[in-house]
Amino acid sequence: MLFRFLLPRIGFGLLVLFLLSIFVFVLFYVSPSDPARIIAGDKATEALMEQIRVKLGLDQPIYVQYLKFVGGLLQGDLGYSYRSNVPVADLIVARIPATLSLVFGGMVLWLAIGIPIGISSAKRPGSLRDRIGQSFAIIGISFPTFVLGMVALYTLYFLPTRFGVMLFPPSGYVPLTAGVGQWAWHLILPWTTLALVVAAVYARLTRGQMLEVLGQDYIRTARAKGLSERRVIYRHAFRSAMPPLVTQLGIDIGLLLGGVIVIEQVFGLLGLGSLAVTSVNNQDRPVVIAIVLLGGVFVVTVNIIIDTLYALMDSRVRTSGRA
Amino acid sequence: MPILEVQNLTVRIPTEDGTVHAVQDVSFSVEPGEFFGIVGESGSGKSVMVQSVMGLVPAAETSGRVLFDGVDLLALDDNGLRSIRGRAISMVFQDPLSSLHPQYTIGWQIVEQIQAHEKVSHADAKARAIEMLKKVKIPNAEKRFDSYPHQFSGGMRQRVMIAMALVLKPALVIADEPTTALDSTVQAQILDLLDEMRRELGTTILMISHDLGVLRRVADRVMVMYAGRRMETGAVEAVFAAPAHPYTAGLLRSSSFNREPGTRLIPIAGKPPSLLAPGPGCPFAARCPDVSAACSAPPPTRRYDDGVEAQCWLEEAPSELAEPASAISTAIDLDLGHAAAPAEVPIAEVSGLELSFAVGKRAEAHVLKGIDLTVRRGETLGLVGESGCGKTTLARVIAGLELPTGGTVTFDGRDVSSLSKREWRQLRTQVQLVFQDPFGSLNPRRRVGSIIGDPFRIHKVSSGQERLRSVQQLMELVGLNPEHYNRFPSQFSGGQRQRIGIARALALNPELIILDEPVSALDVSIQAQVLNLLDDLQKEFGLTYLFISHDLSVVRHVCDRIAVMDGGRIVELGDAQSIYERPQHEFTKVLLAAAAREVAPERGTVRSLVESIPAGERVAA
Ligand SMILES: Nc1ncnc2c1ncn2[C@@H]1O[C@H](COP(=O)(O)OP(=O)(O)O)[C@@H](O)[C@H]1O
Ligand code: SF4
Ligand SMILES: [Mg+2]
Repeated sequence: MLFRFLLPRIGFGLLVLFLLSIFVFVLFYVSPSDPARIIAGDKATEALMEQIRVKLGLDQPIYVQYLKFVGGLLQGDLGYSYRSNVPVADLIVARIPATLSLVFGGMVLWLAIGIPIGISSAKRPGSLRDRIGQSFAIIGISFPTFVLGMVALYTLYFLPTRFGVMLFPPSGYVPLTAGVGQWAWHLILPWTTLALVVAAVYARLTRGQMLEVLGQDYIRTARAKGLSERRVIYRHAFRSAMPPLVTQLGIDIGLLLGGVIVIEQVFGLLGLGSLAVTSVNNQDRPVVIAIVLLGGVFVVTVNIIIDTLYALMDSRVRTSGRA
Repeated sequence: MPILEVQNLTVRIPTEDGTVHAVQDVSFSVEPGEFFGIVGESGSGKSVMVQSVMGLVPAAETSGRVLFDGVDLLALDDNGLRSIRGRAISMVFQDPLSSLHPQYTIGWQIVEQIQAHEKVSHADAKARAIEMLKKVKIPNAEKRFDSYPHQFSGGMRQRVMIAMALVLKPALVIADEPTTALDSTVQAQILDLLDEMRRELGTTILMISHDLGVLRRVADRVMVMYAGRRMETGAVEAVFAAPAHPYTAGLLRSSSFNREPGTRLIPIAGKPPSLLAPGPGCPFAARCPDVSAACSAPPPTRRYDDGVEAQCWLEEAPSELAEPASAISTAIDLDLGHAAAPAEVPIAEVSGLELSFAVGKRAEAHVLKGIDLTVRRGETLGLVGESGCGKTTLARVIAGLELPTGGTVTFDGRDVSSLSKREWRQLRTQVQLVFQDPFGSLNPRRRVGSIIGDPFRIHKVSSGQERLRSVQQLMELVGLNPEHYNRFPSQFSGGQRQRIGIARALALNPELIILDEPVSALDVSIQAQVLNLLDDLQKEFGLTYLFISHDLSVVRHVCDRIAVMDGGRIVELGDAQSIYERPQHEFTKVLLAAAAREVAPERGTVRSLVESIPAGERVAA
């Protein structure tokens, strides 16, 4: 049952990844810059560059390059960085913890901020609380991330340190292994920034969903049963408002894992986002391709997970057909 | 002592357009163990009244007293009210699909109802829920406990709702249009179930309906509401046989179950007043045949010796009205109408009609299973059956909108499948359809004039001023104000929208009009107006009607012959009277048993006035 549900989705995901890999490959092939020149430097001779091209296999037709790439991929070999000559896999693995910590920590925070705001807005639409919540959402949505990040840095790091207090560190990622306290302390500002930006979206979405659900007949039934208002809101209304939220969450997580570029840059976190930026600047083709594909894997995987959750949550999807 | 005593209840709902005076000064009482009905057309405030009493209309401002077992519900705080809801007073709503939570099993929902008020283990609660499901005759109750609402049929879902409402053995069950969304045979089963439960568990039932036929079947006493006010209260037999209030009398005159077949219904002229700024006088005054100068002051409550009470200045029985004459203006020079054809000449014939739809990859839905049917020129042929039996599909095939997978359709002697493109277009002008939902079938963003003029445009018949003139004449013909051609559908009431649909159907001088549940969505008084209009048009222009309905009393009233459909087959066909009096097929008998029984109104009941209570005074208990 579960297998039959998952199989087509996994198949589709693989297809998406395949097309994505072809796409980035072609993109690089047609791009005017020459990796050999980047590696060898400006003053390199044509002969040296030719040697490099042969070594990297760049002299071969694109499909051969692609097949070699795929062949390597299937053996778990992502190739070497043009720039540093380090295995791409090592580069990426080193960056994953920072991004994962940022995204999942941020997610907990944005859900914890956005959903209650949305629910309390929906309980009394038009009330003062609702209007405050709405304004919060508008600010969060309309502020560019880096502005918010800068503001956070300025007020919570820069100002206090001028008065000799270091509330939060300015930048850097400390691995979990160095202690949960240090890890979290270094991540609080980026988490908050990320959460504020994304929570706004969730506040709005939750409010809209809840308003729609609260007008449904079965909510009236729930009240007529003599249930407490809490139960009506959380067990009955929020239950129905959840599926679209989960879908949105899937999209967001997938996208963010592919690189939370701005926040990683602002807070100097060595995550996938900042790796992507440097690699693009350096024309480090193997690294960029790997990051794009990894992003693709994240999006596809998260979507399959979300699809499954969704189906488990919504009886109508799970039990199609009448008994 | 009454179990529920409503005294001078007033409910106001503030909205953007102003305050809706949804319920005004309504008093009534319900005795323990009785089946009390509240009847009134849609928008008369029935739902708002019962829901606001239960604190379910958030914005409602209420005044008056609602004594339940001596406790004033309106004075209770949230917690007090919550402990009554579901335990002492429970509710059943109109649409069981939307009223049950789609993502929880029905068992979970019933158990939740029990555990909301009693500290019992899940296992005990489950046992009680299953016992209750068995009581309301859910087959296989243990298994179905874990099913979701969408896995039940409409009737079974309503049984589940009833089981949930009764599981804590409340003293009072309020059922708000519990059968309106159901087919008539299922409707009858649900009504019987409610009545049975009342007898078995001693529950008092307060049931709301817009359908007089339904209430007359089950209720002991009824209250008639109009425009948020009580019009009349009394024992069902007394009120239905000889209404004391002109509005009740009007409702009964417009109900087909209450009139001799073939006679014209007598609609209530006009439409209900707005509830935004009600005047002090009788709200029915603008439509009342017995209106007098006194009626601009708040009417008193007249109490009669047979227990009937009416909110009216009248002291004697309301007057009888003559059948309305044809409303069709003969001054209209539209080129409509057909030479009187010899009777019994078929206009459309289907034989051996088969239709299957592909569903999914392999499955097939066999919708029509060998149908033979002849529609005779100039007749009204009724097509009745439960929803989903294939009525509409059959109509679409006859109209040439759907190709059959087997059998033949002939129209006017020609085989429809062999028509040329041009002939097919011709057919499309000769057969027109009018749909049930006057809201859904008109494009809300287009002006009524262009909606009615559509057929002219599509078939390139006329244009410009000429088309406008034809459109306005059609509007006049169906009783719409021709000056309103520039308005949007939303600016018309349900009955008016159905007239728009009829005008559009008439535009190209059709011979056969297929009416698919044309009045099902309308209130009785409006139904009567539309049915009379159809009758007038048929007489005037020699039209042929194929009239589809699930409401047997309406069909009986307007049709010459009736075809009974069940499961894609026509199981019985005959003239209206013999079908009604001597049904042959089992299914026809079931349908008939479910339909409202006819009663000829009993005239000349003399009742005498006992007392007259001036308006505004507290009604004595
Ligand atoms: N929540 C609401 N807010 C504002 N007006 C309402 C609301 N519910 C109902 N009404 C209005 O109150 C009147 C009575 O409605 P309702 O009680 O639903 O009538 P019925 O049940 O008799 O069909 C109608 O005019 C309706 O539009
Ligand atoms: S009070 Fe007057 S207007 Fe109202 S119903 Fe009675 S007679 Fe008619
Ligand atoms: Mg209602």
